[in-house]
Amino acid sequence: MKVELPEITPDTSLISVGEGQFDYDVIVVGGGNAALCAAIRAAEAGASAAIFERAPREYRGGNSRHTRNFRCKHGAPKGVLTDSYSEDEFYEDLLKVTKGNTDEELARLTIRESETCYNWMLEQGCYFQESLSGTLSLSRTNAFFLGGGKALVNAYYNRLESLGVAIFYQATVLDVVIRNREFDGVLVDLDGTQHYKRGRCVVLASGGFEADKDWLASAWGDAARNFLIRGTPYNTGEVLKGVLAGGADQVGDPTQCHAVAIDGRAPEYDGGIVTRVDCVPFSIVVNQEGNRFYDEGEDVWPKRYAIWGRLVAKQPNQVAYAIIDSKSKDLFMPTVFSATVTESLDDMAQQLGLPEDEFLATVQDFNAACQDGDFFPTELDGLRTKGLSPGKTNWARPINTPPFYGYELRPGVTFTYLGFRVGHDAKVSFGGVPSKNVWAAGEIMAGSILGEGYLAGFGMTIGTVFGRIAGEGAGAYAKASA
Amino acid sequence: MQKPALDEAKRQLAVCNACRYCEGFCVAFKAMTRYRAFDTETVVHMSNLCHNCQACYHSCQFTDPHEFDLNLPRALATVRVESWESHVPFPGASKLFQSSPLVALIAVLVVAALFWLIAEIPWASSATFYDLISHESLVLIFSPLFLLPLLILFVGLSRYWRTVNGEFITWNQLCESLRSAATLKNLDGGAGQGCNYEKEDRYSQARRWAHQATMYGFLLCFAATSVATVMHYGLGLVAPYPFLSLPKLLGVSGGLLLTLGTSKLVYLKTKANVELEASGRRGSDYGFITLLWFVSTTGLLLYWLGGTELSSSMLILHLAGIVCLFISIPFSKMVHGFFRMAALIREAQLRGHDA
Repeated sequence: MKVELPEITPDTSLISVGEGQFDYDVIVVGGGNAALCAAIRAAEAGASAAIFERAPREYRGGNSRHTRNFRCKHGAPKGVLTDSYSEDEFYEDLLKVTKGNTDEELARLTIRESETCYNWMLEQGCYFQESLSGTLSLSRTNAFFLGGGKALVNAYYNRLESLGVAIFYQATVLDVVIRNREFDGVLVDLDGTQHYKRGRCVVLASGGFEADKDWLASAWGDAARNFLIRGTPYNTGEVLKGVLAGGADQVGDPTQCHAVAIDGRAPEYDGGIVTRVDCVPFSIVVNQEGNRFYDEGEDVWPKRYAIWGRLVAKQPNQVAYAIIDSKSKDLFMPTVFSATVTESLDDMAQQLGLPEDEFLATVQDFNAACQDGDFFPTELDGLRTKGLSPGKTNWARPINTPPFYGYELRPGVTFTYLGFRVGHDAKVSFGGVPSKNVWAAGEIMAGSILGEGYLAGFGMTIGTVFGRIAGEGAGAYAKASA
Repeated sequence: MQKPALDEAKRQLAVCNACRYCEGFCVAFKAMTRYRAFDTETVVHMSNLCHNCQACYHSCQFTDPHEFDLNLPRALATVRVESWESHVPFPGASKLFQSSPLVALIAVLVVAALFWLIAEIPWASSATFYDLISHESLVLIFSPLFLLPLLILFVGLSRYWRTVNGEFITWNQLCESLRSAATLKNLDGGAGQGCNYEKEDRYSQARRWAHQATMYGFLLCFAATSVATVMHYGLGLVAPYPFLSLPKLLGVSGGLLLTLGTSKLVYLKTKANVELEASGRRGSDYGFITLLWFVSTTGLLLYWLGGTELSSSMLILHLAGIVCLFISIPFSKMVHGFFRMAALIREAQLRGHDA
């Protein structure tokens, strides 16, 4: 999806701090999972709430639209979740992917709270389903939303309607007015007209900035121009940027983003889950110059797809090509775009636009380095190349059985880590002092917990847990100050 | 079948199959995971497995205005209706019935007029129910009208069975499919929450209930007729029957269910999004449901009117409705039930191969 986001010049003359009635008790900026959870909680506490979603109704829900599950601690089989998943094991998993770059107190809080989310979500009208085919490894740890993230988002919006929360679509928040750590109101563009809406407090839940390529480029250089954005084009991070400029405490830096290798033919924005290409472990991956650059068989794909975004991003023109032969064609999830299929490797080089000699030499060297042995596609089989650099340490079978299949790969950015540093109460702090009435939830503060790496379904866990905490806090504050 | 409809369904299925978020909704999505690519036979099979619960549409992150522009309920519905017409003989008759809801109405009036003429011919003279229309003339008219459409339908289903490479049907496969149809499992949304229809992305059981009232109402009426036939020929018991008799109990309860179910179905359809159906079909769908409603309602009125003088014209209308319903079986929306049963059985067979 490509959308034209108009440049809107904020009309700051509309801002009247401390004047007039409050329009709402709680203003929620954003319209994804965290924002929705916060608004539900605030409304349940009896506060009047409004939600400002930048996207039109059909694209509501931010990146939550593209999600499919949330990671959930549980002591015993629970609904669709099998067996048990303890706080310690969950935390260990988090430590592994973040290499320790996390806040233990916040992380454990998130993990403990995740268990209570399951039933709460059911009460809001969410339904769960068994682990999807091909994701059996997640059936113990992750609860899948029936119909995926958009169905979850729909349920939450329906719940908000029942609770009488004001929902504004195509509502661009231009300025979040905070004076001396105290929120006063938002300047918001609604259908082309700007308004100043005052609230007793605010929850900032408008996601990251991955759709702002200029911002990405400021950290990544021009390479970022070739990145594909897997999610919503509406996450351009203006609110994050504005509030950080106003002195909010920051966590993470703009070079950090979660990027995976996806199909190079994916749309520039919003291609979502279907753009994945899972053939890498069974392939050789070459860059535009026809050379391999990394061990394709380092580990099983679910543990490696996240590093391939960065690997491809470092190649010339941020593009790479995965090539398999007919032996491997059915070993991975079907792709949305068909592969380039050829009967010969020369043809493959030609059709993918690779230098023929280089590419053929690469395949020849690789094939020569392959050893005899047993091949097991679903486990580390140790079938490795010998005397090749970089080597391939598992699933190394010669690429020699036509037809051959080629897939173009590009980096696909999923989310960014830079955000607000929050405490256990989800409050945003300014110069180390928590604000009286500014909360944050979701991707906009996830960097407080997830310093690097990613754990499947953990983003939705953070969003749900902190959305609820923020909404409860904001609701209680609004009632107390009314 | 038309290539554009098949190609569009294949294009959309490729996106769905790379996503699979909807796997828990229904049998069609579970079937999808069996394939890496979709040939015509598979698309036709899946199109008839789809119950048009529309949940996949409302849950889809790739619907219009997204460039993937998914609308699987419509894509499959389009292939589905084309699959009926391309397999059932006399596609012209289908086209005629699908062209307008008025076709059914006109047909009823024409047949009623014919009946009125026939009723004037004094073939029988015993002082019973058959004073109005002789039993023999009823049998004479109804037997071929009943059997021919069934024969046409049977030919259509056999052709379909060949298209989807159907195999010999086992008892277990049949029972499994009947169970699914009996509970309308595939409109339960996968978690029992119902389907998306008249309330956009909110789930509801209304359509499932309305459909089952219609289906069971129809079956009860059919049973009433069958029992009456046995009573007439087997036991020599001649109509009219008292209220506390099987034909009446079955017929009246069935008629009530059918009238209520079809009324609700029509109401729900007025609320449902026409974009999620095969295009240009809504009119004839209304025609078909209304015909069912007409048959059950005239039947109930007939019972209520008893021996009054209005009952003879009501009987003529009722029988005309039945005749039109039967004639149109292979050419109207009625076929959806038979093709869906076939698809469910075939799916049970394919699942058997997987296991």
